[in-house]
Amino acid sequence: MTATPAMTATPAREHRITVTVNGQAHEAVVESRLLLVHLLREQLGLTGTHVGCDTTSCGACTVTVDARPIKSCTMFAVQADGREITTIEGLADPDGTLHPLQQAFWDEHGLQCGYCTPGMVMAALPLLDLDEPPTDAQIRTQISGNLCRCTGYANIVRAIASATQRAHAERAPDG
Amino acid sequence: MYPAAFEYVAVGSFAEASEQLARAAGEGKLLSGGCSLIPLMKLRLAEPRLLIDLNRVPGAAGIIAQAGEIRIGALAREADVEASALLAASWPILVDTSAVIADPLVRNMGTIGGNIAHADPANDHPATMLALGARFVLSGAAGTREVAAADFFQDLFGTALGEDEVLTEIRIAAPGPGTGSAYVKYERQVGDFAVAAVAAVVVVADSRIRSARLALTNAGPVPLRAEAAEAALVGVRVDDGAALDEAAALAGDGIQPWADLRGGSAYKVDLARGLAGRAVQCAVQRALAYGAVAGAAPGGRR
Repeated sequence: MTATPAMTATPAREHRITVTVNGQAHEAVVESRLLLVHLLREQLGLTGTHVGCDTTSCGACTVTVDARPIKSCTMFAVQADGREITTIEGLADPDGTLHPLQQAFWDEHGLQCGYCTPGMVMAALPLLDLDEPPTDAQIRTQISGNLCRCTGYANIVRAIASATQRAHAERAPDG
Repeated sequence: MYPAAFEYVAVGSFAEASEQLARAAGEGKLLSGGCSLIPLMKLRLAEPRLLIDLNRVPGAAGIIAQAGEIRIGALAREADVEASALLAASWPILVDTSAVIADPLVRNMGTIGGNIAHADPANDHPATMLALGARFVLSGAAGTREVAAADFFQDLFGTALGEDEVLTEIRIAAPGPGTGSAYVKYERQVGDFAVAAVAAVVVVADSRIRSARLALTNAGPVPLRAEAAEAALVGVRVDDGAALDEAAALAGDGIQPWADLRGGSAYKVDLARGLAGRAVQCAVQRALAYGAVAGAAPGGRR
């Protein structure tokens, strides 16, 4: 994350912060102890980010902060001051066209109950930017902090493989 | 789960962090990755009055070679340690270690300094630091000092850090010719703490081990050196796998890991013996590869 000057010069229990979520700047007043996931869900109404275990284990709350996926149940909202956040709601086009990863989860039947899906998709995002399409082992490692109790993971891995292969083919110069 | 209410301040320098720690008089905690602290706060096992956020301190996350040393800023993320080409080429044990901590999402937040300063005997960097003979830069109102890893870890979650001191940097001598290193961990499930893990650093000359340093994770209240194994490894031929395993297995001598849900004590001792052999053999292979490219590699130990 890029270093920026301290936004809070003196200790306080409440803070006025500015966060950019899905490209839109939001101002919010937050208690120090408010977790990022609760800012997103309860103050900004973005309930696509789920709370599963609340103990940094399941990954249902995964969002990206400055393009890196993290677990938003284990970061305070005040820490996100000045940062760029993307949630699952920020992926599809405004006209409803799904993001390639979302479409691949649909096509490959990569979800059943869907509870873990936003976290799975957000965790997989960096794999789209690799120089080579990821191996199944790389995919499994990348989602190793995300738990799914329905699918057995096979179709999730297939969906991510499909999306990353397509992204790679579209980027290839003669492709 | 909500933590108890607290005051928060994001500091712009380590000096400022030290001032805030002093002002909080024992009721302040430093926040880096938050991977251990925030869960403890949510469970209300930790209720600091003041949280001092180090994440905006500029220039605190570098990974560089300087003055014959590898220097790692305390705020370097585990993901950056894992991806560092400099570390892969010099001390791959650090890449091994970061790569087996929690999961990729946690490693995007977690910092090497936090992993060390939290001093959980189940954390992975402490044993690696002990095997590397790392030194930690601690900064406080009284100035800056360097403390060896061996003197830093004092008791369960207890370190040499003074009340107003901040761990700012990790310093490790650059490896000399014939040096190899590895960290091997056994975990019950991805992201779990180690059932047992072994850090190994060897120096190979004339096809024999010239020196070895081994350290164990989660085998006691602090990371432990395996001195009997280190002594037994000296002089062993690097192509004699059985002899390497036998000498390394002495890492299980004299340790008394506690029994818990991850296994009984005797099982953990057996694991430590076996993992020590694997860590040494991996380190030896890397040492031999280092030898092959040593002529081309610039620098080395001063």
